[in-house]
Parts: sequence; structure tokens; C-alpha cells
Amino acid sequence: MRETGQDVGIGVGLFMRICFFSDIHANREAFDACFAHAVRQNIDRFVFLGDLVGYGADPVYIVDRVAELREDGALVVLGNHDVAAASGSSEGMNEYASAAIAWTHAALDKPSREFLGGLDLKIEEEDRLYVHSEAAAPTQWRYVGDSDSAERSLRATRQRLTFCGHIHIPQLFHMTATKPAKFFAPHAGAPIPLVGQRQWLAVLGSVGQPRDKNPSAAYGVLDTTKNEFTFLRVPYDVEEAARKIHEAGLPQILAARLFIGR
Amino acid sequence: MTRMDVKPGEIIDGFLVEEQVHVGGMAIIFRARHPDIEDKVLFKVPKIVDSDDATAIVGFEMEMMILPRLSGIHVPKVYSVGDYARRPYIAMEFIDGETLYPKLAESPLPPDEVVNIATRVATALVDLHRQKVIHHDIKPSNIVMRKTGEAALIDFGLSRHLEMPDLLEAEFALPMGTAPYISPEQVRQNRSDPRSDIFSLGVVLYHLATGERPFGLPQSRQALKTRMWRDPVPPRKIRPDIAPWLQEIILRCLEPNPAKRYQTAARLAFSLQHPESVKLTERAHRLKRDSLLVALRRWLKARALPPVEPQPYASTTSDAIIVVCVDLSEGFEYLAEALRIETQRVLSTQGDVRLACINVMKLSAVFMQDAFDSSGRNIHVQRLVELKDWARPLGIDPDKVSFHVLEAMDIAESLLEFARNSHADQILICARGRSNLRRYLGSVSAEVVARAHCTVTVVRAVAPSGTAAA
Repeated sequence: MRETGQDVGIGVGLFMRICFFSDIHANREAFDACFAHAVRQNIDRFVFLGDLVGYGADPVYIVDRVAELREDGALVVLGNHDVAAASGSSEGMNEYASAAIAWTHAALDKPSREFLGGLDLKIEEEDRLYVHSEAAAPTQWRYVGDSDSAERSLRATRQRLTFCGHIHIPQLFHMTATKPAKFFAPHAGAPIPLVGQRQWLAVLGSVGQPRDKNPSAAYGVLDTTKNEFTFLRVPYDVEEAARKIHEAGLPQILAARLFIGR
Repeated sequence: MTRMDVKPGEIIDGFLVEEQVHVGGMAIIFRARHPDIEDKVLFKVPKIVDSDDATAIVGFEMEMMILPRLSGIHVPKVYSVGDYARRPYIAMEFIDGETLYPKLAESPLPPDEVVNIATRVATALVDLHRQKVIHHDIKPSNIVMRKTGEAALIDFGLSRHLEMPDLLEAEFALPMGTAPYISPEQVRQNRSDPRSDIFSLGVVLYHLATGERPFGLPQSRQALKTRMWRDPVPPRKIRPDIAPWLQEIILRCLEPNPAKRYQTAARLAFSLQHPESVKLTERAHRLKRDSLLVALRRWLKARALPPVEPQPYASTTSDAIIVVCVDLSEGFEYLAEALRIETQRVLSTQGDVRLACINVMKLSAVFMQDAFDSSGRNIHVQRLVELKDWARPLGIDPDKVSFHVLEAMDIAESLLEFARNSHADQILICARGRSNLRRYLGSVSAEVVARAHCTVTVVRAVAPSGTAAA
């Protein structure tokens, strides 16, 4: 796997509003709703924080759309479900995730698998790090879910801002050089200035499989001019996404949990 | 590398820095000018401190987060904020006016002046809390009276925005505030209760009204805790000319338990503007402090309190102020009844509501003199009686309702002004049916709907047959 340095993103500094999508998990309805919402936010760049596929019924559509956006300058990092879907090996995953991976692997053609398998594990751009799980050991797919795990990730990078996903629960952490990392539960739609001589770690919620008891799709926008990050929620057609999961013969629980966001 | 030192004559992001005007605990303030800004500018930078003392830095970070998010006449306007990593500064409006600090030396002030100041500061707090910010350092030197009359709040270095991370809470294990004014919650390090500002304002009012500090000038953390159990000397003991209702207000602000204070700044402002609506309790008549035995019991209770858990933010608008505009004209009794039914419905669905029932007597420009003679006063009293009679079937607690008969030439304007000054959350008003006359004269309810600052519910009803719908 490649690691891309600061030379990625030619013309950096032009990008003023950056949109983050994490954990789409092949949910076309959620992705389309967030994309339409994001377009109205004057987005200059898209960043995909991994797990494009797995669980949902539209892996082909999602991979095609993201690949297209990457042609236009979007940045995409690798998630554990992307690795698994590319190889067909779902070692370490639970039975529902494994079933979804087997189904997804079969649904994708070779170029799509290669696209997923060839994604970067992490990308650094200006003062920002983009990674699916966390910075300390990105290949181990550990979750950031509390102050300790956030601190481990923040200590492992020199970048001021880290953006990740993986756990499907929106969270924000901040840390100074001398104090432990602190947690903040973000309010959707309220911009947060990422001020000061401190590091910030934004854990994006999931576009396609929210698990914070709110079924709406989650994404986020960074405004580099104002130095502000906003967590956002977008309602979408859950019924349709669930219907397709049933139709595809994927495990029922993957559809049921969409309705309750768990 | 961050540069914090600033010298007069320097130009930073287009701001020409001029003379230093103030050195505070956490920041230094300069005058400044900018070619694109007509008004005078204040240029605030963090004070250079030992790296160990992070309060100043973090306080400055908080102010940089919160102040640009605020708007309105009750806060300084922000022109620009410097990038913290390179050059931290806040360029803001220079507010033309004096702080309340010099008033302390003049205190005790006449009670009228205290009420006037209190109303303006409470109004500023209404606007701040509406924007989800708790100031946490309300004191005379942080309150500026604009030349235009409004109170503006300054220095947001200890403030908390309820939708942003609290950097200060994360950083420090000590209570943060100014010793004489700090609320008991702040002493216990709860930084998410807007009622803390109401306590601090109570301390300011007590001082202005009596010339003395209610809790002295505590010098230690232990001494700060005294306010949790020891009640202050009642203001009327010091200044007998203070009215019982004003003492009631001040002591209610100073209740150690936030649940016993005014729950919103709007309620406080309302009481200050309508003394007759203030329910007088034992607080109003108290002339001495509680006995030491009572204080001791409170002390034991305060000691037994568990450590504070961070409270989830409860909406400060739960205690709504609802203005009901009652039309008592003959022939429209069916409308008054429909309004009462709607009022009842609102009362049953909302929490702790305060109702202000108003009726406007229309003055005529031509017969203005007549309105003020003795028969005019009789009409006024008669209206008040009718208004109370209208509300009687609601069965509302007398402490939660007030009645106001206004006299005005422009009915809609007077209703709107009353609602604005009362910080009303909702207006209930009736609309009469259509008629040629109303087409010419215009509709009061339509104008209220068009111009109100808050929610307006318009009640309509079909006139029973045989009624003249004028």
C-alpha cells in the first residue's frame, strides 16, 4: 500500500470548502442525498474517508461515482471493508459483514476491485491528515471512540487536523501538547472554529450506516478560510435502501439497523 | 511560530495599531484603525505569560471562538480575528460608553437607577443566552453602557458556547470566575448553566443597591464556597428605602440553588419592568440573615452534595413568556372565548408559562386630554377588572399571570412594544372577521403578525348568528 505525502492535491490552498464522506457502505440513497446537500454548500473538494462498500446494495454505483470524483480531484483513502471487498477475504469480521463482503466481492468487476485495493491508506495535505481508522497504526483498523484512542492517534501525527471515520459515530477531540485529549459531542449544523495551538481530531459519522441512534446520513464540511468544521445530518430514503438490501439477499439485520441508526 | 508581541505603529492584517489602552489579566488592548472601517477599533491580543499559565491563552482561544459568532447591540462587533497559529488577535468595535465599574464607587445608587441598569443588563443577557452563550464573568467592569442606552457585555474569555467544545473545562481543575461574582455552580465547576449569569447579575445589583458586596471579597477557594450556604444580609436592612419587591428580585437572583432563581433572564427583565407582577415571598420582607443554625443545616447539606455531573443543556426557553392580547369589545365575546380556549390549550402543553394579559385602550388624537381625567381612570380600572374576569376560568396560579391595560393611539404598535420589552416567546391575538371598515382601517392582528419578533398565534372564530361583526 502506498502512502501519499504532501505533494498530493496540486493547487492546495485553492481548496476552501472541503467535504468529508466516510463509511458510505454502498448506500446509494444516503450518498445521493448527502451529495445533493453538499453541492449546495459550495464544496471545492471531496474527501472520502474509506469504507465505500460493504453492507449496502449499491457497491458498483458507489465505486463508479467515487472513481469519477477522484478523476476530478477528490481524495480517497482506504477502509477495511474496501480491502476486504477487493480481496474477497473477510478475516476478523462478524458473520453479517462477512456475508456482505462475499456478496460485494462477487458484485464488483475487476477494475472496481483494483480501484478499491489501490487506495491510499492515508493522505496528508497542508496541515491535515485523512485516514480511515486512526493515525497510530492505520492497518490495524482500531477505533477512535474515547479520549485515550483519540490521543493515541493525535500523538502519532504532526498534522494539526485529523479526519477519520470507521466507528460510525460523529465525535470531536482536541488536545494541547501538555494535556490529555478532550471529547466533544458535536451538534449537527453548528460550525466549530478549530482554533488555537492545539490539535483537533474530527471523527466523521457514517453516510450509509449511521450508528449513533440517528438514522440520518452523516457527513462534514471544513472551511479552511474560516478554519471551521461543521458536522451535518441529511435525512434520506431509508425504506428504499433497505428494500434493496432485502432484494439483494443480504442479511436482514443490515437493512433493519438503518431505520434506527444503530 | 506564534507571535504575540504587538507594538504601536505596527500594521497587522491592515490594522494600524495605536496606543495601548488597557492591560487585563489575560489580554492587552490597543486602539487601532483600518482604512475600510470608519469606527474606532479595539485590537485585543493575549498577554505574554509564562508557559505554565495557560489560562490566558485558552481564555483568548475561547474568546476567538465565541465572539465572532455573536451578533447584536449587546456585544461588540468583531471585524477580524487573527489566525491563532500565526498571529492571534481580535479586532473589534470600540464601544462608546462607560462600564459600570465607576458606579460601584457611587453606590448605593437610588433604587430607580438600580432597576434601570438591571433591566438593561438583563435584556443583554436575554440576547446572549438566546445565542447559546453563557458569559460566566458578569461584573461591573464587563458591562458597558452604550451612549444609546443599551448594555453591552464584553470580555468573553471565560464564556461557554453550548454548541462548541469548552476548552477551559478541559484545561483547568480550578473554579473560573471573579471571586465576588462567581456563582455556586461555577465554584463547583459546572460551566453549562445560563442561570450562573443571573446569580452574578444579582451580586452586581446587590452591590449597586446597598454599596456593599453580598459575599465580601473571598480570598480562598474555601471562602468561595460560603455563598452556597450563607445568605447575604438582606438589602433592606442596609438601605430601608429599597422596596420589598426589589429585595425579592435581588435575593431571588442570589439563591444558591439555580432552580430557585429566575430561570431565564427574560423572566428577570419582566419582573424588573413590572414590579406589580413580582410575587412577594419571605425574601421580600426578610430583615435579617438566617440564624446560624439554619445556615449550618444548609452547610451540611451543601457538603453532602455529590460532585457535579456535566448537565445536558436544557433549553432556556422552556419557561415561556406568553403575551395574550385580549379584545374586550362588546359584540366580540365569542372571540374572547375562543382566545381563552386557545390560551388554555397553550397552558396545558407548555411547561412553566408566564402569562401577560393585555388590553389596549385606544386613545384618540382629538380627545387626548379627556383620556386622562378622572372618568378616564375609571375606565382604566373597569378594563382591568374585565381583563381579570376574562382570565378567571383559566384557573392559572396568580403568581404566573399579570394584567396590563395600555393606552395608545396605535394599538398594534403598543402591543408589539409590550411584547418586545417583555421578551415574549409567543403572542396570542384574535382577528375579527372581514368587513369594509377593517379594510380601510387596517387589521391590528395582521400588523402584529407582520412585525412581531416572536411566534404569533392568531385566533379566529365564527360569529354566532345575530351578532354584528363590525
